[in-house]
Amino acid sequence: MATAAPLPTLTTKELTTDQEVRWCPGCGDYSILAQMKKALTTVGVPREKMVFVSGIGCSSRFPYYMNTYGFHTIHGRAPTFATGLRLANPDLQVWVVTGDGDGLSIGGNHLIHALRRNIDIKVLLFNNEIYGLTKGQYSPASRIGTPTKTSPGGSFETPVRPLSLALAAEATFVARTIDVDVQHLVAILQKAAAHKGSAFVEIYQNCKIFNDEVFKYATDKAVKSSNVLYLEHGKPMVFGKDRTKGIRLNGLKPEVVEIGKDCQLDDILTHDEFAEDPTPAYLLSRFVHSEDPSAVNPFPEPVGVFRNVTRPTYEELLADRIKVATEKKGAGKIEDLFKAEDVWTVS
Amino acid sequence: MSSESGSATAPLGTPASASHGSPNGSPNGHHRKIERVESVTIRFAGDSGDGMQLAGTQFTNTSALLGNDIATFPDFPAEIRAPAGTLAGVSGFQVHFSSHDIHTPGDALDALVVMNPAALKTNLKDLQPGGILIVNTDSFGVSDLKKANYTISPLEDGSLKGYRVVRVAVSKLTVEAVKDCGLTPREQDRCKNFFALGLVYWMYERTLDVTLKWIKDKFGKKPETRPVMEANTRALKAGYNYGETVELLPVQYQVAKAQIAPGTYRKITGNEAAVLGFVAASQLAKKQLVYASYPITPASPILEGLADMRRFGVKTFQAEDEIAAAGVAMGASYGGAIGITGTSGPGVCLKSEAINLAVMTELPLIIVDVQRGGPSTGLPTKTEQADLLQAMFGRNGESPVAIIAPQSPVDCFDAAIEAVRIATRFMCPVFYLSDGYIANGSEPWKIPSVSELPKIEVKHATEPNSNGWTGPAHEVGEGEAGKFLPYKRDEFLARPWAVPGTPGLEHRIGGIEKQDVTGNINYEPANHQHMTDTRAKKIANIAETIPDLVVTGPADAELLVVGWGGTFGTITTAVQRSQRKGLKVAQVHFRHLNPMPKNTEAVLKRFKKILVPELNGGQLCWLLRAKYLVPAEGLNKVQGKPFLVSEIEGAISKLVSGEW
Repeated sequence: MATAAPLPTLTTKELTTDQEVRWCPGCGDYSILAQMKKALTTVGVPREKMVFVSGIGCSSRFPYYMNTYGFHTIHGRAPTFATGLRLANPDLQVWVVTGDGDGLSIGGNHLIHALRRNIDIKVLLFNNEIYGLTKGQYSPASRIGTPTKTSPGGSFETPVRPLSLALAAEATFVARTIDVDVQHLVAILQKAAAHKGSAFVEIYQNCKIFNDEVFKYATDKAVKSSNVLYLEHGKPMVFGKDRTKGIRLNGLKPEVVEIGKDCQLDDILTHDEFAEDPTPAYLLSRFVHSEDPSAVNPFPEPVGVFRNVTRPTYEELLADRIKVATEKKGAGKIEDLFKAEDVWTVS
Repeated sequence: MSSESGSATAPLGTPASASHGSPNGSPNGHHRKIERVESVTIRFAGDSGDGMQLAGTQFTNTSALLGNDIATFPDFPAEIRAPAGTLAGVSGFQVHFSSHDIHTPGDALDALVVMNPAALKTNLKDLQPGGILIVNTDSFGVSDLKKANYTISPLEDGSLKGYRVVRVAVSKLTVEAVKDCGLTPREQDRCKNFFALGLVYWMYERTLDVTLKWIKDKFGKKPETRPVMEANTRALKAGYNYGETVELLPVQYQVAKAQIAPGTYRKITGNEAAVLGFVAASQLAKKQLVYASYPITPASPILEGLADMRRFGVKTFQAEDEIAAAGVAMGASYGGAIGITGTSGPGVCLKSEAINLAVMTELPLIIVDVQRGGPSTGLPTKTEQADLLQAMFGRNGESPVAIIAPQSPVDCFDAAIEAVRIATRFMCPVFYLSDGYIANGSEPWKIPSVSELPKIEVKHATEPNSNGWTGPAHEVGEGEAGKFLPYKRDEFLARPWAVPGTPGLEHRIGGIEKQDVTGNINYEPANHQHMTDTRAKKIANIAETIPDLVVTGPADAELLVVGWGGTFGTITTAVQRSQRKGLKVAQVHFRHLNPMPKNTEAVLKRFKKILVPELNGGQLCWLLRAKYLVPAEGLNKVQGKPFLVSEIEGAISKLVSGEW
């Protein structure tokens, strides 16, 4: 029996540069960097074909620490550089590392359009709901009430919901994971790597210095099972300490129900990450943790793959157009360029 | 008729009696007087919905194919359709055609065609005394006059008596000619530009064949547009025959073929030439071309033109904004393609940060800036040269870039190739400063043979380049041998271009200051000084590969006229006329603005007086005075229009005579 050529494997050491890592002690970025290396050891892509492109901010120092090709660009614009790179060379696996300020504020426009076009790039949005590198101002993802030096008395702006935005932008792969949930993080990164087209992954990332414990409800072992819903394709959406809670659809309204009390397991919504219709994924993207202890049946925050569908990439569609144009008139040669309909000769 | 010799030619030129039939079949067989003239400048002017750009373009194509030298100047409003009949909605197309070598679309008009009172009001001042004024009398009703702010009809108040006014009921005659074609009344009226064009073809004894073929190709392919083909054909012929039948003027004018160098020619605008130049450059360099742009006047035709070049492997990308366009172009050049971003001045403002990243990461990037009137939105469809200092200095930090400026529509081709050569050889951003005047203007282009084109050799790093050398301070060591050093430079200080995908050369680049040689992040004081100096020196080194300035004019000239970019044709004509008048004046023109050619200082210091005509407030003049401490004087104009030859000629006279 013929065997396929073995896929290249890498070690995390091979993926490590000689540069000193300069994030604050305890930063969630350390875990993401470690899991990223672990994830890439088995994706089957050689090191020289991986490129990390970033903008500006704490997360954007990421490329310096990956022993691949790397481009640390300008604030918010990483998706544009990544797009150009994919146009020039569609063989590369291109990762964009961004944060909630870089990707959702100054670079919001580029994020929307890269996802809409389905450029084959993997966008990792490290969301710490704060501006770290500029020392602690509120971000467009900060929760209402977040007190910072630029929001005395607490932020009163409605925050962006990154996954709702990605879904509205027609993203073909949308997922969420958490910096310290290491196995989940590795699995999601590998799924993103395998996706053809734009992948958008929101990673909850703790900023030890300016927004510590903002995701404690989702990471603290004592409470996280009640606050986090792990999405698995084909499985019912159940959560809670004893997995007795579930999500049921009441008309167009999702609700949290007690299995065995309010309903049976069969009544619980089953997750379908491959659904063409983005509406169920959008409903899930609206679940927000409530800090109000008196809240009745509060929603858990889902993590996992919300949406995973296939659509031709921008690069493929452009290559098709080039192929058609070439078939119609033949490959262009420099001599052909100058021929216009109306030429005249002077002798 | 105008003559580039500058001698006071009579408006009708030199008569040369001749008589023969019409080239298109004379309907009445009358004989008439023919006058031969050297060159003619005509302008078609009407409402922006009247099809004046089309009429002008057709007249130009015909003249070019007949062997005249040509130069054109389209002038149109920013509004696609301003309220019909208003002064704001007037669109004009000027064509200068000649039996000798010309460099400009002409100053004063020999003939002006106006389709309504608004066109008359805005264009009459450019018609020379005694010039021919063809007026569509059908659009001089009370409301038409009111829209153009006339209280009394200029056709009746004697204000046109210095011109040879030809009154033609263009609208009525057109409708009469096309009424059986099955068009709506509105569609019938829209054929009137072809009637007017036919009339002008008769005046200058030009064949209708070129335009008839164009109409057939454009409207003859689909059954539903055949009535339009028929109607436009009839309108064109009717206009011609009307001139013939009523003997509109006692004479017809002939402009003989120009004596131009042998070769195959086509008509080309600056933007068209840029498209061909960039595609040619990518073929010469054997590199993929990625052009990323956000639509903006007057640069959009380059994006549209390149989008049609897919069979050359060209990839165009219509970005979500100007910044994205710059990022995509740079991402492509990081990936080993030729990355170009195209825009006009307001877009350059937005791209500044990305351009600076190209300065810092030392990647090739070409920024096409087709300049228009500014600041801010300014005059979108009008020309200006006021982005020179923006290109030179408009970024944070010490940020040197290369700047080149094409000097004519045809030169847009050669300058495009030169921009690609510099960007890829020196690993740096290159500004390509075109302007609305040469971008939209056209002239005949002698089609080059491929062997005449310059070579562009692009090298990519393929192997580690460290020798293991160790050195002091900012002359840092290379570390262990066998590593790849992304900032190890060649003899011109250019760094290697290593393309992602190349095994063994994995490296990181970015906008933070870096150590020379290794490219590692570095904030040391001496290193920043060294890197800043090195980036400046690298751009200065480009001067080693560009031609010296060439001075034209007498050896004993006292005055040097210095220009740059799109004013070349007008300055050249003005200098030549002044020289013929016996004035001791010389000319030099910059295509490379940064760095300037190596002999710049020596050239400037040879002259007692220097005049710098520019369509801005004096930007090159400012640079020359600052860099070379020379007594340069500016002739500056910012009216959204190119210089007239006479304006520069006047300034030359004043400077020479000491009346300045």
